[in-house]
Amino acid sequence: MSGRYGLVVMGTSTGGLHALTRLLAALPARYSLPIVIVQHRSKDSDERLPALLQVASRLPLREAEDKEPLRSPGVYLGPPDYHLLVEPESLALSTEEVVTYSRPSIDVLFESASYAFGSAVIAVLLTGANQDGTRGLSQIKARGGYVIVQDPASAESDFMPRHAVKHVAVDRVLPLEKIAAELVARASETRPG
Amino acid sequence: MTGILDPEIWQTANDARERRYAEATTELERLEMELLLLAIFRHHGFDFRSYAQASLHRRVRKHMETTRVPTISRLTELILHEPAALQRLLHDLSVNVTAMFRDPTFFAEFRKTVVPLLRTYPTVRIWHAGCSTGEEVYAMAILLEEEGLYERCRIYATDMDSTVLDHARQGIFPLSRMKEYTANYFLGGGTRSLSDYYTAKYDGALFAPRLSKNVLFTQHNLAMDRGFSEFNVILCRNVLIYFDRGLKDQTLRLFSDSLTKLGVLCLGRKESLRFSDLEHEFSALSERERIYRRNK
Repeated sequence: MSGRYGLVVMGTSTGGLHALTRLLAALPARYSLPIVIVQHRSKDSDERLPALLQVASRLPLREAEDKEPLRSPGVYLGPPDYHLLVEPESLALSTEEVVTYSRPSIDVLFESASYAFGSAVIAVLLTGANQDGTRGLSQIKARGGYVIVQDPASAESDFMPRHAVKHVAVDRVLPLEKIAAELVARASETRPG
Repeated sequence: MTGILDPEIWQTANDARERRYAEATTELERLEMELLLLAIFRHHGFDFRSYAQASLHRRVRKHMETTRVPTISRLTELILHEPAALQRLLHDLSVNVTAMFRDPTFFAEFRKTVVPLLRTYPTVRIWHAGCSTGEEVYAMAILLEEEGLYERCRIYATDMDSTVLDHARQGIFPLSRMKEYTANYFLGGGTRSLSDYYTAKYDGALFAPRLSKNVLFTQHNLAMDRGFSEFNVILCRNVLIYFDRGLKDQTLRLFSDSLTKLGVLCLGRKESLRFSDLEHEFSALSERERIYRRNK
């Protein structure tokens, strides 16, 4: 009996550090799905971001390397100045041009996850101030994945989640403190016959 | 009451049907990709099947958007019957994003760690593999000149795409990028002013011809061609990320065979010899900057 889902992808921009800190802290240390995160960051961003997130997270967290195998429990963060993409069993990086003003871009991560994992992806879009992520979420929905968006009312910056909710038929709109429980519930779902 | 009319069960059944439909569509697209890559290989000889599929798929979708081709199958048909369509696709599938002194700390580390080694050699052979439009080749030439090493260097700069090499030979880069490159140049340990090396003309910066005097720009395909021999340094930064693991290992083998004993290999900031079979043939001079040295 295998799980319905194989991967969690998350995207966030402005306000993301605070939101990710709280969300990761609420996940159990043995969370069964690999989690891949793009947080918008400048190309000069250093290793303080992964260090801060690791302090909050009980799961092992690291900045992604090219061709790194996806493991669980494990949290992988997109490095600055690279796009982060998902292959069926590993991570991949790209230096291609910026997308929606961003590298790493949330759309690039989400679209690659939907192509590699099809309907077995859970995507989470959190606080942010641009429209990156919406296109990726609609791609994930089109391929049968599961989409959670942070309730704009609870977001530090509501533009990104609001834009997504307006354009994509999302599965759940949840306040930040309820997202971890939803991720735990979805991870225990089995694949129906 | 539960039963066939229970709205929740209806919802579940619909979800399952929709999911199966979505899964079938995704499977179909993967099949279309396979057929496209096979068509390119059989028709043209270039094998994209050993490329990293996630970013390749993205470039195919992007190409389809700009050329307004609705399905991958339609694209396959087009490239088999229209040579111009094939050329357009091949151009869009190669990645030609590059910069001068990208990751400045790498250049600072190169000055500190590799330059002293190179000083001990009477002549230095360097291979820039996958040099694209040449920004990094000129950046390295500037570094070598400032360290007093340029005159003893022979630099081979290669790419699979001959059009980007034509661009590289000219040594003209957008003037609009010079502010960014100047900042990188100083962070990378530059000792003069970047503007000493170029002449501004219209919206271009023409770099001094002396910087490319010891450079041979030549076509070479890492996926298909054999290596050269006896290099002291090989630079291949942010190229292997576009290959799959098999082609990456094959290319690292090519590099290992093309290096002199104790030759230096420089990779991109997030590329490493971990997750590869050749990890034990190299030692890190700087793991952080991804500078390695062949063991023997």
